[in-house]
Amino acid sequence: MKNEGKKRIWTEYQKEIADDHFFYVRSCIRKSFFPASEQFFLDFLRKDLGKDVYENPSHTTCTGIGYHSDVVPFQTIMTVIARHYALMKESGYRNIAISCVTSFGIYTEILETWKHFPEELEKTREYLYKATGREFDIPETIAHTSDIIYKFRNEIAAKAKFPLINRQTGEPLKVVEHIGCHYAKIFPKYGVGGAEFPHVLSGMIEAWGGEVVDYPERRHCCGFGFRQYLVQANRGYSLANTTKKFSSMKPFKPDLVLTNCPGCTMFMDKWQYTIKEMEGTTYGADGESIPVLTYEELAGLVLGRDPWDMGLQYHMVQSEPLLRKMGIEYDTEGKFRTKDGRQMPIPHDLSNS
Amino acid sequence: MTGSVAIIGGGTAGMEAAGQLARAGLSVTLIEKEPEAGGHARNWYHLFPDRRSGSEVLKYLNDQIDHENIKLITGSRIENFQKKGNEFVIETENGQEVKADALLLTTGFDLFRSERKEEYGYHIYDNVITSADLEDKFRNNDLRLLNGKIPEKIGLLHCVGSRDEKSGNVYCSKLCCVTAVKQAMELREKLPGSRVYSFYMDMRMGGALYEELYREAQEKYGVNFIRGKISEVSVNIDNRLVIKAEDTLVGRPLRMELDMLVLMAGMEMSQAGIRIADSAGLTRGENRFFAPADHHFGSNRSNLKGVFFAGTCTAPMNITETISHARSAAADIIKYLGNGRKR
Repeated sequence: MKNEGKKRIWTEYQKEIADDHFFYVRSCIRKSFFPASEQFFLDFLRKDLGKDVYENPSHTTCTGIGYHSDVVPFQTIMTVIARHYALMKESGYRNIAISCVTSFGIYTEILETWKHFPEELEKTREYLYKATGREFDIPETIAHTSDIIYKFRNEIAAKAKFPLINRQTGEPLKVVEHIGCHYAKIFPKYGVGGAEFPHVLSGMIEAWGGEVVDYPERRHCCGFGFRQYLVQANRGYSLANTTKKFSSMKPFKPDLVLTNCPGCTMFMDKWQYTIKEMEGTTYGADGESIPVLTYEELAGLVLGRDPWDMGLQYHMVQSEPLLRKMGIEYDTEGKFRTKDGRQMPIPHDLSNS
Repeated sequence: MTGSVAIIGGGTAGMEAAGQLARAGLSVTLIEKEPEAGGHARNWYHLFPDRRSGSEVLKYLNDQIDHENIKLITGSRIENFQKKGNEFVIETENGQEVKADALLLTTGFDLFRSERKEEYGYHIYDNVITSADLEDKFRNNDLRLLNGKIPEKIGLLHCVGSRDEKSGNVYCSKLCCVTAVKQAMELREKLPGSRVYSFYMDMRMGGALYEELYREAQEKYGVNFIRGKISEVSVNIDNRLVIKAEDTLVGRPLRMELDMLVLMAGMEMSQAGIRIADSAGLTRGENRFFAPADHHFGSNRSNLKGVFFAGTCTAPMNITETISHARSAAADIIKYLGNGRKR
């Protein structure tokens, strides 16, 4: 495999990512499933890099899941997004930073719709004004928060306490990267590196010392897929996709899966547990499962944050094998304790624990 | 007959037209950007349908331009030309000035850059090559993979950059189907133990003896033709290519491991031709090739008086068609100059 060919593709898909002054919009589900990810992003940008990141308390869901399940009409979601842009305008910001890949896909789809069908933009302005009296501007830059971590990946590398190196062997850790479909597959130009050989996550892995694994089903769906999991009868398809993907990556013996989409992280994490329960199959080395991390969680580990402060214990697949490889010390006793020392319930049957 | 003609592009069309015009008594300057004349014909191992050697074609073309009335300038790009009165003034990139009574553009085609179809991994995966690369391998008599092994399972993919809206080329490049058939047969001949799979959308076998060749490839050479395009290419742990496609005749998705994949790269209007067209105000068609003044009766004439076209700068053509088109351009130019346009 020749990296030069990938580098040539990456030069064609470089997007403008703002350097400062971000209007941050949260995800509906990330806070529940990966509770420290969004907080890490805010702390890292504000405290470590001294950037200005603003959150408006009136921000709501983008209604993306409703839109993708045909509950929310397109005109409605366009108006909801227009309201977010109005909040951004009122707050004095021009660079939107989006935490969720589904939302990111919604924002980009709507921007492209307005570009190609200006009459839709005018209609949306009218709907929003009539409903709320608000007006909005199109953002100057639109970034997924993985774009922003990608932009500052070298700053993280410079401060790395635990690079992606196996401390026992000295070899780079093998990392599978998986981008959300709605990050770049709809509009490759909005993704760093495009859709076929995306660079947003692989750039982080390389900068932090790891080795990217390319495997046959790299582009395949994680198993999330709204129509697969929203309809209970279709969940077999969801599992089948995840099984196909993990079977394909297994021979490469990855140490870690890195994702930038809430759905991908959740399903690649939880379905590993399900497959193990259903048929006893695991995909990591020595019968273990493969930890699936968000880019914020991985950045936090690389920078030396405490794994339990990064919320890794809330995944189904536990990260201890990875922590040992990276040489990160962790407090087994304190894993499920609150900051003030109270013991939380300990979940049963977590993988790798 | 007196008069002078400048020809920009020293490939098949330019060389053939130069010979025809020189023998008619006209003074010809043939300008080629590469160090040698010959164009793409220099790269082909064998031609279809009769597997004539590319070097034989090259020898024929070189014989055509071996004439005292022809001045060959090589290694010189042309960005623009000017018309002063009835005379064309062309300045080459190394400062030579060429004056002529008529101008023939034979700027040819560029091979579609297959790396633009990112999903096929050309220039990324070791054993994804193009039809042009395979001709190179045939000429060098070395079909080994990068790891030194002989490929056993080989795929050929049609329509790479042709009939493809995403890459901006909705037209058919016309020659790739028959090239694939020819190359599949040659692969089977040179590697008798190999299995060859050709992935196509439609088999466009419109030329003389093409259909016969297609039949022979199936019956005598056992080439497998699968109706369906490849959607993506990747590699497995053994660095073998893994392709995904759909067999549309069976109506099922298909996954296959291959040792080598050959992309049948299409033809595009050359960048050199585009620059000249845009700076001189020459009309181009929706497919970006030069647009002839009349599709039926003036396929060699441009929208500018005294400027003519020939060959693959107007549309994808094979060698036979290119030579015929060059001859008809010569006939048009002779008529134009004979009519006293010069004065």
